[in-house]
Amino acid sequence: MRHIISLLMENEAGALSRVAGLFSARNFNIESLTVAPTHDPTLSRMTIVTRGNDRVIEQITKQLNKLIDVVKLVDLTDSSFLERELMLVKIQAIGEARDEIMRLADIFRSEILDVSPTTLVVEVTGASKKLDAFLAALKKDSVLEVVRSGATGVARGDKALSI
Amino acid sequence: MELSGAEIVIQALKDEGVEHVFGYPGGAVLHIYDALFQQEAVRHILVRHEQGAAHAADGYARSSGKPGVALVTSGPGATNAVTGIATAYLDSIPLVVISGQVSTPVIGSDAFQEVDMVGITRPCVKHNFLVKNVHELAETIKKAFYVATTGRPGPVVIDIPKDVTDPGIKIPYRYPKAVELRSYRPESKGHRGQIKKAVDMLLTAKRPMIYSGGGVVLGNASEQLTRLTRLLGFPITNTLMGLGSYPSDDQLFVGMLGMHGTYEANMGMHECDVLIAIGARFDDRVTGKIATFCPHAKIIHIDVDPASISKTVSVDVPIVGQVKPVLEVMIELLGENNTKPDRDALDKWWKQINHWRSINCLDYDKKSDKIKPQSVIETLHDVTGGDAFVTSDVGQHQMWAAQYYKFTKPRRWINSGGLGTMGFGLPAAIGVSIANPDAQVACVTGEASILMCIQELATALQYSTPVKVINLNNRYMGMVRQWQEFSYGGRYSHSYMEALPDFIKLAESFGHVGMRIDKPEDVRPALDEAFAMKDRTVFMDFITDDSENVYPMIEAGKGQHEMRLPPGMTTKRELA
Ligand SMILES: Cc1cc2nc3c(=O)[nH]c(=O)nc-3n(C[C@H](O)[C@H](O)[C@H](O)COP(=O)(O)OP(=O)(O)OC[C@H]3O[C@@H](n4cnc5c(N)ncnc54)[C@H](O)[C@@H]3O)c2cc1C
Ligand SMILES: Cc1ncc(C[n+]2csc(CCOP(=O)(O)OP(=O)(O)O)c2C)c(N)n1
Ligand SMILES: [Mg+2]
Repeated sequence: MRHIISLLMENEAGALSRVAGLFSARNFNIESLTVAPTHDPTLSRMTIVTRGNDRVIEQITKQLNKLIDVVKLVDLTDSSFLERELMLVKIQAIGEARDEIMRLADIFRSEILDVSPTTLVVEVTGASKKLDAFLAALKKDSVLEVVRSGATGVARGDKALSI
Repeated sequence: MELSGAEIVIQALKDEGVEHVFGYPGGAVLHIYDALFQQEAVRHILVRHEQGAAHAADGYARSSGKPGVALVTSGPGATNAVTGIATAYLDSIPLVVISGQVSTPVIGSDAFQEVDMVGITRPCVKHNFLVKNVHELAETIKKAFYVATTGRPGPVVIDIPKDVTDPGIKIPYRYPKAVELRSYRPESKGHRGQIKKAVDMLLTAKRPMIYSGGGVVLGNASEQLTRLTRLLGFPITNTLMGLGSYPSDDQLFVGMLGMHGTYEANMGMHECDVLIAIGARFDDRVTGKIATFCPHAKIIHIDVDPASISKTVSVDVPIVGQVKPVLEVMIELLGENNTKPDRDALDKWWKQINHWRSINCLDYDKKSDKIKPQSVIETLHDVTGGDAFVTSDVGQHQMWAAQYYKFTKPRRWINSGGLGTMGFGLPAAIGVSIANPDAQVACVTGEASILMCIQELATALQYSTPVKVINLNNRYMGMVRQWQEFSYGGRYSHSYMEALPDFIKLAESFGHVGMRIDKPEDVRPALDEAFAMKDRTVFMDFITDDSENVYPMIEAGKGQHEMRLPPGMTTKRELA
């Protein structure tokens, strides 16, 4: 099962490598990881997308909690949540294909950020699945670059991950 | 008070109550060594290799319950300490290791003797710090001791760049009385409701087992464990790390469990219907094949580290907390409960256990004309009144020490269980002796292991730590040879110890007493003589039977009920 784990950690040098090191040392799967400071500059928020059965996910959350730099943690997938990822795709776009891509971008409510005579850069935002779907809809050999931010997320409702 | 960074390090150690530091100097820590020189409250023990510093601090910690402190220089000094740090990590031993680092402006430039110590040790410490500013030094040291000694203990590294200890820069010093970390709040008491559930479950048991481990030693809860066990009248087994936390000479004690545990302990585990694990972590040396581990049991698990619970084996009643307060509540609730343990069922269960016990699985040939290693340990027990601190290295001799020295007190058995570090025994024994200057200290070792930290014999002389080295010399890496005999068709690939030194001359060249013992009848007089030399380190080279194996054994891939017994012994699987 795919899980999105969101955590607050001390905004200190080395904290990120503790988390990354934990995943490799314990052979946990890591699909994506994003991190940035929050409105409280002493804290960073990290979002980790991982996969595993219940037993593995339980170990992942326990081992993460055990890291001294981790302040608080929530498995977003335990309840209703919002997920957003941002993707920039540079696409070869010549002739007919150009219209096709612009139509597609429209359907996905995405934005064209850059235009050159032969290429387009499209920004797609949404749950990771939507981004996958956009890529799947493109002709494979037309994709020049894919840049994904990794998923971020937040729980719905009044629950907040804060200290 | 205005102090330099170097003086802060020493003053903070004093304020923390540290009396001994095990270390080795070098460029990056010279300022600290200069501050050490100018005071007397903190005593420095100069080891002969930084691995020895970490192991000695570790032995000090295990035997005293206080955190051990090591001090090493940057680069090679720091990397030499890593094996010792990892050893402490795997056995949850509280250490504070201070390593020097190159000055902050040159960090990252491949400066002379620079290694990324924080990076290298990250996977084998509970936590580590790089102190970039002298103003953070005192508080960081406080945090390091706090983290190392609370919750599930473990080693903490403080990496200090040389410029942070600059004697020319003095700042106001204040050592915090306590620190709080918003990201670290170790659980202590345990949930009362869960404890009650556990008590109810224990009282329904017809074939119960108590399986306790190193957590009872670390948590100073032997007394509570003993009270609970006697109150219930249940059989109890200890892990390798738990030995001594329950008196081994007690009838309720069925011996160690696991790979080289007793037949009765492992069979008891396999057949039990309620298992209570207390400060033990279901290590693979204990469980054997997971699929057949305790197939009939409901499991209760007390552990201070939530990550230990349901890691390899799923449990039914988890209790997160310190063993001591949890067991106290358990005893209290047992007293209040009107239900009592089912005595009829227990009688039947004990009959079965005693039936397994009756094969006497630790029996060995006592009439051999070669020295049997087991008999050396049994005699060691007699000669020391069962009251010595016994450290060990890793191999067959370690298992024999665990099986035949019947420990009755916690913190007396000091060995590397999790990492299995050859070379641990001698420096650890020196640390034990420093912490317990009047105690009898034996280091049970093998001719291969002892050579890994033999240089510490010089430390033993310098600080007059009268360790008795019991070298069970079988001319082989016996544990390796045994596996090669059982699983590799007797192809003894590189396990024979060619070119051994003359251990007597070697001991003498270090200024100690050397003895060689090669006849069974000389074992006792030699041990008597050695232990009578109260203020000397004695190296006893016992020439033992080179073909002896450790029995019983759960071989790789086998279940706990499939033990291999000594040749000629048969199992008693069926009910009595
Ligand atoms: C050659 C060799 C052979 C071995 N054979 C065996 C064998 O036959 N049998 C055997 O048992 N082992 C054997 N071992 C050792 C084995 O590898 C493990 O080190 C050992 O089994 C672990 O012991 P433990 O479960 O008591 O855990 P420890 O490593 O001692 O861990 C303690 C547990 O208690 C918890 N804890 C710590 N403090 C507290 C507290 N205050 N309150 C509550 N919980 C706490 C910790 O979180 C941890 O989960 C062998 C090792 C070697 C090198
Ligand atoms: C540092 C290290 N290297 C290798 C091993 C693997 N190993 C485990 S036991 C052993 C042999 C130990 O031989 P010895 O010290 O003579 O003890 P014996 O088994 O003969 O009693 C070896 C090589 C280890 N545990 N530690
Ligand atoms: Mg040997």
